Amino acid sequence: MKVLIAKPGLDGHDRGAKVVARAFKDAGAEVIYTGLQATPDEIADIAEKEHVDVVGVSLLSGAHNTLMPKVIDKVKAKEGMDKTVFILGGIIPQQDIPALMEKGVSGVFGPGTPLDEVVDFTFEQVAMAKAEELAENAAQDMTNKASNI
Amino acid sequence: MSEEKKHTTLSGYELKRVYTEEDIKGEDLKAQLGEPGHYPFTRGIRENMYRDGKLWTMGQYAGFASAEEANKRFRYIIEQGGTGFSVALDLPTQMGYDSDDPMSEGEVGKVGVAIDSLADIEALFKGIPFEKVRQIRTTANANSIIMLAFYVAFAKKNGIDPNSIGFFLQNDILKEYMCRGTYIFPPAAGVKLSVDVLEYCGKHLPHWTPIAVSGYHIREAGATAAMELAFTLADMIEYYDAAVKRGVDIAAATANSYFFLAAQLDFLEEVAKYRAARRLYARIMKERYHVTDEETQRLKIFAFTSGSALTAEQPINNAVRVTIQTMAAAAGGIQTFHASSYDEAISLPTQQAVTLSLRTQQIVGYESGLTETVDPLGGSYAVEALTNAIEKDVLELLDTIEKKGGAMKCIEEGFQQRMLADNAYKYQKAVDNKERIVVGVNEFKDGKPIEPAQFTVSEEVAIKQTEKLNKLKETRDNERVARALAAIKKAAQNDENLGDYMIEAVEAYATIGEICGVLKEVYGKYTPMKIY
Repeated sequence: MKVLIAKPGLDGHDRGAKVVARAFKDAGAEVIYTGLQATPDEIADIAEKEHVDVVGVSLLSGAHNTLMPKVIDKVKAKEGMDKTVFILGGIIPQQDIPALMEKGVSGVFGPGTPLDEVVDFTFEQVAMAKAEELAENAAQDMTNKASNI
Repeated sequence: MSEEKKHTTLSGYELKRVYTEEDIKGEDLKAQLGEPGHYPFTRGIRENMYRDGKLWTMGQYAGFASAEEANKRFRYIIEQGGTGFSVALDLPTQMGYDSDDPMSEGEVGKVGVAIDSLADIEALFKGIPFEKVRQIRTTANANSIIMLAFYVAFAKKNGIDPNSIGFFLQNDILKEYMCRGTYIFPPAAGVKLSVDVLEYCGKHLPHWTPIAVSGYHIREAGATAAMELAFTLADMIEYYDAAVKRGVDIAAATANSYFFLAAQLDFLEEVAKYRAARRLYARIMKERYHVTDEETQRLKIFAFTSGSALTAEQPINNAVRVTIQTMAAAAGGIQTFHASSYDEAISLPTQQAVTLSLRTQQIVGYESGLTETVDPLGGSYAVEALTNAIEKDVLELLDTIEKKGGAMKCIEEGFQQRMLADNAYKYQKAVDNKERIVVGVNEFKDGKPIEPAQFTVSEEVAIKQTEKLNKLKETRDNERVARALAAIKKAAQNDENLGDYMIEAVEAYATIGEICGVLKEVYGKYTPMKIY
């Protein structure tokens, strides 16, 4: 599993992002960290280049409603990236979460979340996304074969 | 897990079952402690400390949205008996972007107030009774020289003596590269600008605090108490050495300097930390900078309760955490204090929560009795042993940093960043494994969902700021602005002190984005490191 930990926006508090990055690494994932101030375009470029399974975004400055949807749109617009799993961490008010989930965030993790919970959840989501992709590809193959007959 | 439970402080110092005189035996206690108000200031920087009825400055961190909104909050704080406040700047302002810059999208007015030009400063301070304000702090670091210019220009324009107010600039750029992230230019240029502020204040604004070298953010990023002090002192040495090299009178320039330190939850360790900090500072000022004046050997401390100690779970519990932190700071002898609000793990604080945090300080200050005796825990075997242990570790770390070429070089190589990341991860693991109990988080949970935040900043702020900015650019003398910007560029190329040039530019209503744009042409822009 390949994980991109991203810090979009101008917020420089990345203790949480780094701790989560380390937890993924310890769990055997390959981890890339964008560093601070990554723009949604830069995040999408790295995600595509590295073909990551997960984009984990950390936001504490209150810019999540603006930046998170942008990151999702930009990543998903890239070739072969429509099954990317998005997770979000930081200070995210409860009332903002439903809209973010609708936009494509799989899980939101606030302060105090045990690391195992973040890692296990993400592994499951990636497994689900991969299964879905396989099923879709299989269905596509069937359709192709059917149309060849 | 081993049979015997380990007893350690938050920073990992092993705590004994009981401390006795054996634990401080062999130390020259009298020389290590001194008298309150005198070298080495272990017991506090004043003979009477808080006994004269003058408690620490209760300066709450505030500021959000627009200058007009923040102005209301400042006036409220003063009406409630606050004696200072902090101008929290939004991230675009801290990083040199105007509110209409694409990089500012989603950030305008969010974590602080949006300041683009002197016009915003005028709105921010409108009607503030400056005679009641002991101290105005600001988070400016990368652009502290511009904030200095804003305040001077504002004071001049309003007939106020800039030295009649205790302006307090954070102006510590090195810790930004290490952990907080609001840098603009590469480290060498950043240090140059910070030293410009030191030099300018030393010459023209002796009543100001030109630098508050900050361990707070370092601690928040995962430091132990010893790392917090060591990295802060190493950064200080980098600035002070650069100032000395430039011929700055270090005693004059730093007489009003502060350290900005965390108030964490481990009560005894924090008390010991403040005591060790004062002793180390005094020794370095005396031995390294040959400062003989006791006033300049005194370390003034601004402490701020740790944000990372607050929990989003059962947020009201944070009021208790903040009380413990406040008591540690009071027993540790700090000069300025900010108590966080209990709802800050969820959002910017509500007015009710802000009021409670001010009241918490007042209750500790006026009702707890901790302020009646100077250095009330001095002589406690445990506290003295911890003070010595922290001091010893700080000296070792300082030595390592010095041998590696100093704070800036170490930061460029990621030395401090790696230590912080390691320790932050270690702490989180200890919480996850329940080696460290956090009430409401890994023990004593109530399973209730986290209360929704009530404080939001509307996206309208960005739109209004942009309108204001456009109008400003139409009505100001744009030729004067262009001249002032060209002068800044030339002065930067010639390595001159930029203070006066900045004042001229902001008086012409040049914006932060314009000024930083010119400086980026000279200095370049810093690309962050990616260490985790």
